[in-house]
Amino acid sequence: MLEVAGLTTTYEGLVAISDVSLKVGKGEIVTVAGANGAGKSTLLKTIAGMEQRQSGSIHFEGERIDGVQPHLITARGIAFVPENRRLFPRLSVRDNLRLGSFLFRKRPDRDAPLDGVFSLFPVLKERLGQLAGTLSGGEQQMLAMGRALMTRPKLLMLDEPSQGIMPKLVTEMFAAIKAIRQTGVTILLVEQRLVESLEIADSAVVLQTGRIVLRGSAQEVRDHPDIRSAYLGA
Amino acid sequence: MSLELLLQVLLSGLLMGMIYALMASGLSLIFGLMDVVNFAHGEFLMVAMYLMFGLVVLTGLDPLLLWPIVTVCLFAFGAAVYLGVVRHALRAKTNRGMVQVFTTFGLGLVLMGLAQSLLSPDYRSIGDSWIGGKSVSLLGIYLPLPQLVGGIASIATFSIIWLMITRTDFGKALEATREDAGAVALVGINKDLIFTLGWGGGAALVGLAGSIIAIFFYVYPSVGTSFILIAFVTVALGGFGSIYGALAAGVIVGVVEAFSAVLLSPALKSLGVYAVYLAVVVLRPRGLFGSM
Repeated sequence: MLEVAGLTTTYEGLVAISDVSLKVGKGEIVTVAGANGAGKSTLLKTIAGMEQRQSGSIHFEGERIDGVQPHLITARGIAFVPENRRLFPRLSVRDNLRLGSFLFRKRPDRDAPLDGVFSLFPVLKERLGQLAGTLSGGEQQMLAMGRALMTRPKLLMLDEPSQGIMPKLVTEMFAAIKAIRQTGVTILLVEQRLVESLEIADSAVVLQTGRIVLRGSAQEVRDHPDIRSAYLGA
Repeated sequence: MSLELLLQVLLSGLLMGMIYALMASGLSLIFGLMDVVNFAHGEFLMVAMYLMFGLVVLTGLDPLLLWPIVTVCLFAFGAAVYLGVVRHALRAKTNRGMVQVFTTFGLGLVLMGLAQSLLSPDYRSIGDSWIGGKSVSLLGIYLPLPQLVGGIASIATFSIIWLMITRTDFGKALEATREDAGAVALVGINKDLIFTLGWGGGAALVGLAGSIIAIFFYVYPSVGTSFILIAFVTVALGGFGSIYGALAAGVIVGVVEAFSAVLLSPALKSLGVYAVYLAVVVLRPRGLFGSM
């Protein structure tokens, strides 16, 4: 579904990711792991069209999408939830969700994904009238994911969804990601929490200073000695 | 001061204030959307006034019939200025703020210079028209008709803006872009299109204001500078970027100006306005309704 080949992106003159190749199959969860500054966010931003690539190509459903404007990438079915969520803080939860279905504004069923969003994150239904900026960290993450689902994505890219939320909500967050995949949405997940993300992922790549140093099935990556010592404390 | 005079000054100030508000709201709309101050806003007003003057001369029709044409033309003009000039200035890699200031300021000078060389520096005015120079009297209070019509047009326009922002998808997209222009692509909104429409809308608002002002004021190349200072004071008073703030501040500016003219002297009518402005800058720098 998504095919990244030889992607290099520079950020303010520095190479952020270098020669990254990656395939995500339909219905899969692929996780991207790596330390801070390894280039994980840059990879997602480049796919979303928010950073310009230096070289390489990105294909989505067989069509080349590198160089396409970011709003058109969203329209093609790639939803991106960035690390800082980028909600519209002074608009209500309702307006944020409704803006998610902006692309379908002329269709009578524009709000159709809303039921799915509420069953994933029931708390959003209680907060509809509240300003997005007044939500807790966990609720903001839920709203950002809900808004992304309103765009009816085929591929959902999540950057550190567990960041800045209460520890007891982390498990729920990973359960929600799994549930989203059940509905047929493919997921590209960037996460620091390797243990939890490998549990729900089919395959994983590990980035180090902008390059892929390890790739394989979730099982293979989990069992790799370097990973065991570096991340899993074994 | 008699009650009659008090009401007279209050009402005429109020009406003039509504027209100021219309002019300032265009400036505020553009600033709120993309943090760009359009220093050519006064020259947009000048362009609108010359357009109205030219159309009246050419067609012989009344300004009241021609304002929609002027407003639509200014919309197209504003959109073209964004696409042709401002968009490129925004791509500056360093010192973006300065680049924007000098781009719009330079554009204003060019427009004024073009008007001076092509249309001559002469003062022109639209002669007799349906409402020009006429007034209505109500319980002994005289209200000039052009300002009265301008005030009504202003209220109608602000109502339409309010309905658009609160009720339509375009309004929500506009609000979202004001909040975080870099994030609207995440929901499939084209930021560049919203900016283009925003510049068109901002110019259309000043186009409407110019259509009305041209009925009761002289048209000349530097006419924009006579009004732009008031527009900037209004926007700063209301809070940069706040459209409703522009309405409230416009009314305050109009009323204060009218009272200064009567209590001090007509030549000093701006003194009160700047005094209020200074007080707000000192006591509440973000303006009455501003959030920055």
